[in-house]
Amino acid sequence: MGELKLMKGNEAIAEAAIRAGVDAYFGYPITPQSEVLEYLMQEQPEERTGMVVLQAESELAAINMVYGAASTGKKVMTTSSSPGISLYQEGISYIAGAELPCVIANVVRGGPGLGTIQPSQADYFQATKGGGHGDYKLYVLAPASVQEMADFVEDGFNIAYKYRNPVMILTDGMIGQMMEKVELKDQKPRWTDEEIKKMSDSWATIGKGNHRERNIITSLDLDSAKQEKHNHHLQKKYRQMEEEDVRFEEINCDDADYLIVAYGSSSRIAMKTLNLARAKGIRVGLFRPITLYPFPMKALNKYIGQVKGILSVEMSAGQLIEDIMLAVECKINVQHFGRYGGMIHSPDEVLQALETLINGGNNGR
Amino acid sequence: MDVKEIIKDENLVYKKTSLMTSNVLSYCPGCGHGTAHRIIMETLDEMGLQSQTIGVAPVGCSVLAYDFMNIDMIQAAHGRAPAVATGVKRTRPDKFVFTYQGDGDLAAIGTAETIHACNRGENITIVFINNGIYGMTGGQMAPTTLEGMKTATSPYGRNLRSMGNPLKITELIAQLPGTYYVSRQAVHTPSAVRKAKKAIRLAFEIQKENKGLSFVEIVSNCNSGWKLPPVKANQWMVDNMFPFYPLGDIKVDGQLVNAQ
Ligand SMILES: Cc1ncc(C[n+]2csc(CCOP(=O)(O)OP(=O)(O)O)c2C)c(N)n1
Ligand code: SF4
Repeated sequence: MGELKLMKGNEAIAEAAIRAGVDAYFGYPITPQSEVLEYLMQEQPEERTGMVVLQAESELAAINMVYGAASTGKKVMTTSSSPGISLYQEGISYIAGAELPCVIANVVRGGPGLGTIQPSQADYFQATKGGGHGDYKLYVLAPASVQEMADFVEDGFNIAYKYRNPVMILTDGMIGQMMEKVELKDQKPRWTDEEIKKMSDSWATIGKGNHRERNIITSLDLDSAKQEKHNHHLQKKYRQMEEEDVRFEEINCDDADYLIVAYGSSSRIAMKTLNLARAKGIRVGLFRPITLYPFPMKALNKYIGQVKGILSVEMSAGQLIEDIMLAVECKINVQHFGRYGGMIHSPDEVLQALETLINGGNNGR
Repeated sequence: MDVKEIIKDENLVYKKTSLMTSNVLSYCPGCGHGTAHRIIMETLDEMGLQSQTIGVAPVGCSVLAYDFMNIDMIQAAHGRAPAVATGVKRTRPDKFVFTYQGDGDLAAIGTAETIHACNRGENITIVFINNGIYGMTGGQMAPTTLEGMKTATSPYGRNLRSMGNPLKITELIAQLPGTYYVSRQAVHTPSAVRKAKKAIRLAFEIQKENKGLSFVEIVSNCNSGWKLPPVKANQWMVDNMFPFYPLGDIKVDGQLVNAQ
């Protein structure tokens, strides 16, 4: 079937995009994800599949190129890192409001401001709570390996088209830059214009034929009653995501007295902590949200009564912890631990924090 | 004679193109936007391009252009229409793509997108409505506002020292190798309308031949923003706007007109 390769996460996401039959990529260089655009330019996907790759003049332009191309029913993708993603926000809000499918990856770096170029998970709120203006949600996937960086491209597009909603792959400089074995899927053909027409003629701006009224891509409605109705419709989609498309992984959770909840890079580190803790006889499990929105609320909620404490591990000052507390209705002692600003916690540090929690201490913030 | 005898097919001299919807225009009476819309739609109709054209209208008075233009349309964020159009054209090179932008949109918040789309020579058409003011938000100063001109945010007149100079963006983008045809027109008289329509036609012909970016500026009025009745607004435009923004072709066949 697939092809085995040793690749960086950033290269894997780029190669997976070509193989998934993506039609266009628009981006602007920023560390730690510049390899995506570099890899695509090197690979010349225009020759391989006809995929368009363009370096935009800014992130403002890049996200609006995505908006334009997605308006015509094409599979479009972009990647950036934190400061660039901040510039994307107006465009993402428009994309969500106009209900356009696309995949956006954020290879997060330390902030705020220009911050650092080292890995961070401090863009959790921005990714999961909307990010730009207005009431909207992105479907957010958090890969924990180079393999998932590749796999989530296609998974992301499936969701993006199921809901006509932007999907974010929230990753960080560690996964983006590290090399791992990855199994790449076989090349998928790009959709033909006829196929797109069949799927999207009811909404996409691909030219008004006599068979239908004109299609309009817009997020504007000056009639607030209609705008509220549109918002109801958007909210309904988000509720459906929460019912149908939550993803998570549970490791050694069945007999657990304690849980570590962590996603992406932090879940990799926590996995090591888990082994160290189990060797010491601590019954701890690792709960890894794969979708950060929709957050696995119900799955975590069922640990009420089973576990005595939860350690939320995130390379941030504590963002994920808020969703965990909501999920367990504050009925479990939940504490946050994490290094941030580009620093990465070690498995031992996480273990110490876990033992503090177990011994009735407080990890503070 | 009864009117019914006059209203006959053989007496028909003018008919609204079916590419304009029957929605009542929301523009102020006398505003140039409606005429500019009409000549673009007539051109697309005459060229048989309805089914192949995608229009992009960003924020500004013409944000609701899709209510009036009977083609597939995309509403864009303020200033971003050239980037949106780039996304469309790059993935749909067989389609005709145009933007319809005001001066605040094209020459202030969207200057970077304008210059870079022009510089890349995107095969799109940009229609630029220059009324020297921010119409939609209630008449604030625009990058194209003339020296001394009073607006809501330059109530004592535009002061060049503190507020900067009116920007001749059209002359600026004409310098870029990516632009193939650049023209400045107006729609205040029947003869001006005919000339403007010719320029629009040429712009789409160029797009058909993939020759590069075609750019048509229309110097227009904003009677509400200028606080003048329509006829006086047009006269003010002729007396004040045209000397600073002279009408005519600026670049033809990729060559600057009157280049020294
Ligand atoms: C990001 C952003 N900033 C500001 C606005 C508010 N705004 C709407 S239209 C406009 C000015 C439009 O002026 P112009 O482009 O000259 O078009 P006109 O209305 O004169 O036709 C502004 C500032 C906005 N919608 N979005
Ligand atoms: S405000 Fe000015 S530009 Fe806008 S519709 Fe009225 S006259 Fe036209």
